[in-house]
Amino acid sequence: MNKSIIILQREYLTRVRKKSFVILTLLVPFLFAAFTVLPAWLAMQDDEEQRTIAVCDESGLFTGKLENTEFTSFHFVPSQEFANLKSNITGGPFYALLFIPSDIMTTSTAEMLADRQVTMDIKNMVSGKLEKIIEAVKKKQIIDQAGIPDLEAKLAATRTNIRLSTAKVNEKGDSVKSSTEIAMAAGYVAGFIIYMFVFIYGAMVMRGVMEEKTSRIVEVIISSVKPMQLMFGKIVGIGLVGLTQLLFWVIILTILITAIPAFLGSEEMMQQSQNMIAAQAAAGGEDNAVLKGIEMVSNLNLPLILGTFLFYFLGGFLLYSSLMGAVGAAVNSEEETQQFMMPVTIPLIFSIIILFPIIRNPEGPLAFWASVVPFTSPVIMMARIPFGVPAWELILSMVVLVLSIWGTIWVAGRIYRTGILLYGKKVNLKEILKWITYKN
Amino acid sequence: MELFKATDVIKDYAGHRALDRVSISVKEQSVFGLLGPNGAGKTTLIRIINQITAPDEGELFFMGRRFSSGDIASIGYLPEERGLYKKMKVGEQAIYLARLKGLSKQDALKNLKYWFEKFEIQPWWNKKVEELSKGMQQKVQFIITVIHQPKLLIFDEPFSGFDPINTNLMKSEILRLRNDGATIIFSTHNMASVEEICDHIALINQSKKVLDGNIHDIKEQYKTGIFEIETLVGANTEEVFQNHRFNLLELETRGIRKRIKFQRTNGESNNELLHKLTANLELCSFREVIPDMNEVFIQVVNQANQKVK
Repeated sequence: MNKSIIILQREYLTRVRKKSFVILTLLVPFLFAAFTVLPAWLAMQDDEEQRTIAVCDESGLFTGKLENTEFTSFHFVPSQEFANLKSNITGGPFYALLFIPSDIMTTSTAEMLADRQVTMDIKNMVSGKLEKIIEAVKKKQIIDQAGIPDLEAKLAATRTNIRLSTAKVNEKGDSVKSSTEIAMAAGYVAGFIIYMFVFIYGAMVMRGVMEEKTSRIVEVIISSVKPMQLMFGKIVGIGLVGLTQLLFWVIILTILITAIPAFLGSEEMMQQSQNMIAAQAAAGGEDNAVLKGIEMVSNLNLPLILGTFLFYFLGGFLLYSSLMGAVGAAVNSEEETQQFMMPVTIPLIFSIIILFPIIRNPEGPLAFWASVVPFTSPVIMMARIPFGVPAWELILSMVVLVLSIWGTIWVAGRIYRTGILLYGKKVNLKEILKWITYKN
Repeated sequence: MELFKATDVIKDYAGHRALDRVSISVKEQSVFGLLGPNGAGKTTLIRIINQITAPDEGELFFMGRRFSSGDIASIGYLPEERGLYKKMKVGEQAIYLARLKGLSKQDALKNLKYWFEKFEIQPWWNKKVEELSKGMQQKVQFIITVIHQPKLLIFDEPFSGFDPINTNLMKSEILRLRNDGATIIFSTHNMASVEEICDHIALINQSKKVLDGNIHDIKEQYKTGIFEIETLVGANTEEVFQNHRFNLLELETRGIRKRIKFQRTNGESNNELLHKLTANLELCSFREVIPDMNEVFIQVVNQANQKVK
């Protein structure tokens, strides 16, 4: 069997069987789900305490107009009783006392008293109700003064809400429903995942090489296989570890997303989402917003996105991990890695910095060049693909990336070959560059 | 029949020549000692034999043929700087390294079982390397070196880190491997062990080979006419020595005996010398002092360095 395959197997199996890998692979989707679902779920857990608020309305505007809500009721009391309640506020039957002064129309102030701090929800609810009533009163005054018939209905008719639907037109001239927001999200997620995996797994290659060098086992291995075989087996093995992790995350997340609503099982949630759909439908006048969203996601050209994602995922990893492997071979300790990791990772970090501006303007010159230059193209081109990229740009970017991988592996292999057997010597960049020109 | 031969090997590193026209010839089923001071170029030569680096000039032959990359599977190498994957289990690691040398999984397992039983270290199989002591790790590394039954074994300082008991065990294993047909290149600074196990040596100093040959021939070649005799107290030894113009080196009285070390100054044979001595003295013992490898080493290296100066 090819020795690279044996090396690849070891690199893959030792990492996949590690406890930390198993835990991380299983835990991250749950954490992700927890952080996105939990706050939403918690927010839904309504405050179900029954409260009564005593109201002293000196203005007389609100009597009979403050409607009780499901959990809060208003109880109007005369001024004398109110003063009495105020002095015995602790342990009284009321959650809070609301005092509305007679000049509320002009001052817009009222007072709420309680023996503890009133909650945000209650405060907002009460002030909202007061505002609505006062606004209605003021509006009615203006309408009465103006004397224009049906003014209220006419004003309501001026309210406008533009719905700009977007569609991509393909070569055949068929327009496909699309969504800028969904394209942005898909591009950002794809670019970010590539960035994260290249960084984490590239560093893993570096540490793996360094481990072999510092433990001196490399001398034994190099007497059995060629340095390039060792490097190849290591990089591909670790790359597959990354793909495995990604695959598991996707599978687990898919299961969670489908299972969580069923698990939480609350009819409330179903109802809530139905309400939301109904509200959206009412607002947008559309039949079904969710169906429309699904349609737009499926219109993203998923085969192209998945195919290019895999290509740029592996391409970016090969490009960076070969260089990081060379760094691992050149140094003698973790501390020494810093100075060499910097120049290697700067373009990668740069690509994540420009990721967001590019998603907002995926057609600009920065977007074009950053998706051709191989050190940024894996992240940037991936972010642009959901928006649709001309075929020649995509092909150019891919060809440049493949050629660059070939080049970096050649350079990295030469640094690796020399560095890996050079113990105890602190090297600088100039010396490493010299290794590239060494003979065998 | 020679198993390995290198002719006129030159290797240059940036700005300095690590090996300068070095030729060695290693006979089949022998132990070949590769000696030399630190930094002389031994490790470079060993790395060339292991095909870790290629020579700039010179040719290498293995079993009479030109050395090819496939021959690497017939070589076992124990480097001076030793190491194993610390977090990997002993058995798994041994199988992995054996497979890299071209063994199938089944053969690796079978051979490993043999060695683990022989060294009585089966309980280590599922331990991580970092849980073993340094001496234990060395044993594992030795097994890994010989596991694929290589024709040529290269040991670079194999006894460093071993206690005397395990050093003896290793020595007898190395000699047994040779008797079973393996050829061994052995690099060390420990001259006592060179004398014990080497058949043939080459000495490299400052990138050049300065000495080469059968170990007994070399010692014979570097003897300097020193003799050690014992005689009874009372004999007038001083007079005898003055008459014959011997160079008296040491004189020591032990009970009724006198031990005398001297150097002969003319070219007479040992028998003639013995005649002269027995004519005048009552001899208890007579021995020609053969230099040990330590002395040869120091003498040769010093001479070579003076020549360079």
